[in-house]
Formats: sequence, structure tokens, C-alpha cells
Amino acid sequence: MSSSDRFRLREFAVTSLTKYYEGLEQVIRTDRMPHIFCPGCGLGIILKGLAEAILKSGIPINRHVGVSGIGCTGRLPGYLRIDAYHVTHGRAVAFAVGLKLANPELEVTVVGGDGDIVTIGGNHFIHAARRNHDINVIIVNNFIYGMTGGQYGATTPTGSYTTTSPYGHVEYPFNIPLLAYASGATFIARWTPIHYAQMVDAFLQMFEHKGFAVVEIIAPCVLYGERNRFPSYTDMVKYFRDRCVIDHEADLRKIGISLDPKEPLVIGNFYKVRRKTYEELYKELIERVSKEGAKE
Amino acid sequence: MNLEKLLVPVGFLQISPELCKGCGFCIEFCPRNVLEFSEDVNSRGYHYPIIRKGMEMSCSACGMCQRICPDYAIYLEKVEKIPAKKVIR
Repeated sequence: MSSSDRFRLREFAVTSLTKYYEGLEQVIRTDRMPHIFCPGCGLGIILKGLAEAILKSGIPINRHVGVSGIGCTGRLPGYLRIDAYHVTHGRAVAFAVGLKLANPELEVTVVGGDGDIVTIGGNHFIHAARRNHDINVIIVNNFIYGMTGGQYGATTPTGSYTTTSPYGHVEYPFNIPLLAYASGATFIARWTPIHYAQMVDAFLQMFEHKGFAVVEIIAPCVLYGERNRFPSYTDMVKYFRDRCVIDHEADLRKIGISLDPKEPLVIGNFYKVRRKTYEELYKELIERVSKEGAKE
Repeated sequence: MNLEKLLVPVGFLQISPELCKGCGFCIEFCPRNVLEFSEDVNSRGYHYPIIRKGMEMSCSACGMCQRICPDYAIYLEKVEKIPAKKVIR
């Protein structure tokens, strides 16, 4: 293919995108399409859902900030036409906390994979949840470290075959909603990309919510699927369609993921409570102390 | 039933073959089974979806394919109300 052909191809791609995404092109960088994600990956759908939620949220686009760490999901905010920060591995939540404290007007959204947020950045995640910072965290759970070639991580279900566990994985995985609940998160939801409308609704609730909001998105991953029971691109989404059970009142202790063909996969908006955020409490503290005057 | 008066929505799809990565989500999730893989490939070697022969009027405009497409390659261009008699499903 000559270079002029490639240029024409790219031009075609952009015009055909903008025709449909008349609204979304304010938020999605259509000139960078087609994106880098694998065929069969759920991240393209999540990107579309997040862009739609940002447009519908009623918050001006210049007040939205995206923060991401390393990994496949770390590339997602780069495709959004908002301020986006790409930081060191696992430190996305820590960076977002600083950003929110420096300017409480911002709507800070962390988009990270399971390896980024609950494995390497696990400590930042639980402590930001404990202090109830007013930030949003989207955890894209694909059960594996996809970008580095398919090593097992903290959310890989027991018995899975990966590059580093060729005879079957022996560890127990994290149950992310229960972990978030125990750490003190005040909004917890779990959806899959094929529940598109519900996912966009969960993002909107997350933007509206004051407090630490966690949305876990269970994404299909080709790299996980090809070594396990999902060899073709559509097998994992077919499994989600057949086995997902929507239960908003589910017992968080019983919704761990095993990806067993007989076990249901429980999804829903599990938990929502209003508690004073760290930013509000700190503002109150500053007002009280400045009224009383400094201690002797 | 008066099939001349009864109007049913029919969707017309626009597919951009060059954006497609051939994941097959749209084919899997189409409730009316309107789409299939093409024999032809695009410039990156992927088989893209095409509308099955004889099913041009069968799309019910649910919009699932455009929601589920990760590569923004398929969308509902327009929805028309057409008398039910002309639409054979």
C-alpha cells in the first residue's frame, strides 16, 4: 500500500465516523481511530459509553479529567478529548486524589485495569476508599495482564490457564465489589460492556455521586479467552449474555467470579450511600480552625 | 389485519469495512440475523459484516449493533416507517 492510499483510507475513516458520532466527536478523538485495542476487546465499547456519559452528565467537558495508569486500559483516556494524565503503574488513584485536592471543582475519573488498580495500586485504592475522596474509579476487569502477554494477576479465577500458570492457576481471586465495600467505597456497581445502556447509566450515577465511586466493568479479553474455554472472539460475550443475572440487592460476599459455565455472573448497582467526603470534611476543618484561631 | 395501513420501522445500516476488525459482535447480537461475514476482506485482512441477501428489509432498527461495535464501524443510518405488507420477515 502506498502512502497516498493510506492517507485516503484514514480520511475515509474519519468522515464515516463523524457522520454517526455527531455528538460524540466532541469527546472522542476521531482522528486517532481506528484504535489500538484487539478485535474482540470490550474497551472500545467502554470508551463509547464513557464518552456518552460525559456528554450527558451536564458537567462541562473542560471540568472532566481522566487519569490512567499502565496497561491496555491505560490507553483509554488518550482517546478522549478531555484533559488526560497517563501516570506510573498503579499510582493512578494516588495521582487523582492529589488532583482533586488541588482543585475540588474538577470531576476526576480514574480508568484502570484490574492489574493497575487492585493489584499493583491496591494499597492506594483501599486507602482512597477509606478516606472517601470524591473521585470516580472505573476498573476494567479482564482477569489477566493483557498488554504484557497474558500473565496471571489478582483477579484471575482459580483454575485458569495463563502464560505463567500453564497447569492451572491455584490462587483465589479478589472479589472487587466486596473489597471496595470493606474499604469504605460509597458507590459500587458492576456491569459488562454488552449491558451498554445500564453501563452508561452507572457512569452517570457515578458522576452524580459525591464520594468514592467504584464501577467494575467485566470486559471480554481475547488473550484470556484463547487459553481458556473461550477460543473465539464472541465466546466470552456469549457467556456474559447467557449467564449474567442482574441483582441490585445481591449479597456482596457471594458474587465472586469463577467463570464457571454453571455459575451465574451477578451484576448490578449494588451499593450507594451518602457519607461526607474527605474534601467536605477538610473544608469544614479549615473554616472551624480559622474561626477559632490557632492553638497556643 | 390491514397490512397496508400498519407501519413497521425498518432500519438501514451503514457499514465502514475499513474500520472493522472482524470481531463478529454485531453478527452474534443481531436478533433478526440480518448480518453475516463477507467473503471479501478489507485492507487489513479482516472479514467485515455484510447484510444477508434478501434480508435488506429485515432490520428492525433495534440499534444493538451500533451500541456493541467496539470499532465504530457500523451504524443505523436511518429508520423508515414502511407498510407491513412490503416487509416480509
